[in-house]
Amino acid sequence: MTAPTTNFPGAGALRETGRLFALGLDTTRMVFRRPFQVREFIQQCWFIASVTILPTALVSIPFGAVIALQLGSLTRQIGAQSFTGAASVLAIIQQASPIVTALLIAGAGGSAICADLGSRKIRDEIDAMEVLGVSPIQRLVVPRVLASMLISLLLNGMVSVVGVLGGYFFNVILQGGTPGAYLASFSALAQLPDLWISEIKAVIFGFLAGIVAAYRGLNPGSGPKGVGDAVNQSVVITFLLLFFVNFVLTTIYLQLVPAKGM
Amino acid sequence: MGVEVVVEGLSKSFGKQTIWRDVSLTLPPGEISVLLGPSGTGKSVFLKSLVGLLKPEHGRIVITGTDIVRCSEHRLYDVRKLFGVLFQDGALFGSMDLFDNIAFPLREHTKKGEAEIRRIVLEKMEMVGLIGAEKKLPGEISGGMRKRAGLARALVLDPEIILFDEPDSGLDPVRVAYLNQLIVDLNAQIDATFLIVTHDIGTARTVPDNIGMLFRRELVMFGPREVLLTSTEPVVEQFLMGRREGPIGMSEEKDAGQAAAELAALRAGGSSGTLGGPKGGGGTGIVPQLEPTAGLPIRRAVERRRDRVMQILHTLPATAQDAIINSLTREEQAHYGVFASAGVTQVQPPVQTSTANQAPTPAPSPTPRPTPYPRTANLPQSEWQPQSGALNSDDAPAAAVPEPGRKRGWLRRGGEK
Repeated sequence: MTAPTTNFPGAGALRETGRLFALGLDTTRMVFRRPFQVREFIQQCWFIASVTILPTALVSIPFGAVIALQLGSLTRQIGAQSFTGAASVLAIIQQASPIVTALLIAGAGGSAICADLGSRKIRDEIDAMEVLGVSPIQRLVVPRVLASMLISLLLNGMVSVVGVLGGYFFNVILQGGTPGAYLASFSALAQLPDLWISEIKAVIFGFLAGIVAAYRGLNPGSGPKGVGDAVNQSVVITFLLLFFVNFVLTTIYLQLVPAKGM
Repeated sequence: MGVEVVVEGLSKSFGKQTIWRDVSLTLPPGEISVLLGPSGTGKSVFLKSLVGLLKPEHGRIVITGTDIVRCSEHRLYDVRKLFGVLFQDGALFGSMDLFDNIAFPLREHTKKGEAEIRRIVLEKMEMVGLIGAEKKLPGEISGGMRKRAGLARALVLDPEIILFDEPDSGLDPVRVAYLNQLIVDLNAQIDATFLIVTHDIGTARTVPDNIGMLFRRELVMFGPREVLLTSTEPVVEQFLMGRREGPIGMSEEKDAGQAAAELAALRAGGSSGTLGGPKGGGGTGIVPQLEPTAGLPIRRAVERRRDRVMQILHTLPATAQDAIINSLTREEQAHYGVFASAGVTQVQPPVQTSTANQAPTPAPSPTPRPTPYPRTANLPQSEWQPQSGALNSDDAPAAAVPEPGRKRGWLRRGGEK
């Protein structure tokens, strides 16, 4: 920590990235440190769930609808209406649902975590905790990151269901699709690993959102304005990271798991 | 007895900006020390460095044989258990009520039962006068109460070193006086090492055993209180008087030429006094130190400090030597072999036990010092007399300032521009 600081263009960005990774590693290590903060974990789960459930549900209905409508007209053009259900399930579960989940976890949960930790930091609460010999990472960051991972996982399931139902509604009721064909084609293209990758993505996104929020929250600028800026940055950084990581994960998945043959 | 804190050649900078460099001092075990300095001289940064929250670039901070600048995170957490820190605003956890806040360190670090915790917490809350406010949240109480609650939380683990970050900021003078008394009482009861970071002159003049001052990115001086209080160093004098003339400017530093001109004008035109009034009551000379409240044990630090100071007496400036010797009683002067307004003739090795030797001298004050009036101020002979105690003597020099002299000095300075 006392190493001489060298300066070259981009050094600051690298340093920040390094610290972010260090916090990620510390957090992972501290997960196994007893005593686990059960109370804090449950409180945080409840808190994150309460701020994200409703917005997530409200976002996932139109999201499922848009995919269903788009695919509905597309499949009609190429004469493959019977596969509308299959394609829409695939799109929702594999891509839309983890992304929607992550955006809401980052936007609603992460910003709240960041603002909470940031205001504690500028009130010296974090310093006081360290001086009292309690690690703020173990005490505050670990429960928050785990909570955001768990809620992300659960929300992902909810978004999948709500999205598919929304897709069904718009396809069948509004576009005059056949209910039987929609449901029957579910398993035509989609397979179980699609669900797995969806949940894995959600967990990873939840972890990233939690870590970025905690990192920016623990290192805010000075004063209340610094906290505001930190919250803003944490959301933007999380979004950028999430889309990039999503791209990487999707690529790997498509390489590793062969598409289902028909 | 508290723990000794040794700081050697400590330097800290943020980027290109040096906060302070080459700070070396030793906080003697069990004694109260004050670190003074104008705003923005890095006093709080120094405090945070002492507890390892900030890492200085150079130097060492040695506490119980561990250099906390370079030790492992794990070791640092161990050393921190020796500390109790009172942050500026108390730094209470906003989501917990006062009771849980104060019980927090106990629940984290001890295996005590809830009944035992309750007993300790209530005892500490009584000590700082917060009984009845257990269920209040930090957001619902005043700044003074938050400070006292922060102090109670810092005390529950019976720390060996207690650090105070501006205990007076945001408090009214009466509460500051109570808090100062509380600090002295605490020191008498637990005999821990205290460091108070402040810019309140009243606190600095009455509470500590040792005073240090930070200015211009350096430690100007650190030593027994008499050294700083009798110092003629321009910075120290200006600060203790709370006046504008001197090296300290509005934006930390003045240019040297202006400061010199002001000081010359000051000497020619008499003291400018306290235009605008010093915060916490400035003045020159030594006022008696606060004594613990009657009924509490005597401060063992006083005796230890006397032995320590008498050993280094010959290294101190002459004015400080005089002040120290004059503060001793006859028997003590004989004991150390020194006499008023004479140099040191003989220094005896320190005495081993405190209480046994203390018995003959009248309690609770182990050092009944001569009254400071002849030193601090020559009060004009009038019917007005200071009512009682040390606080009035603070105001005495200000009252004695001739009004016209002050005006003259002020006008001249304005004309020079």
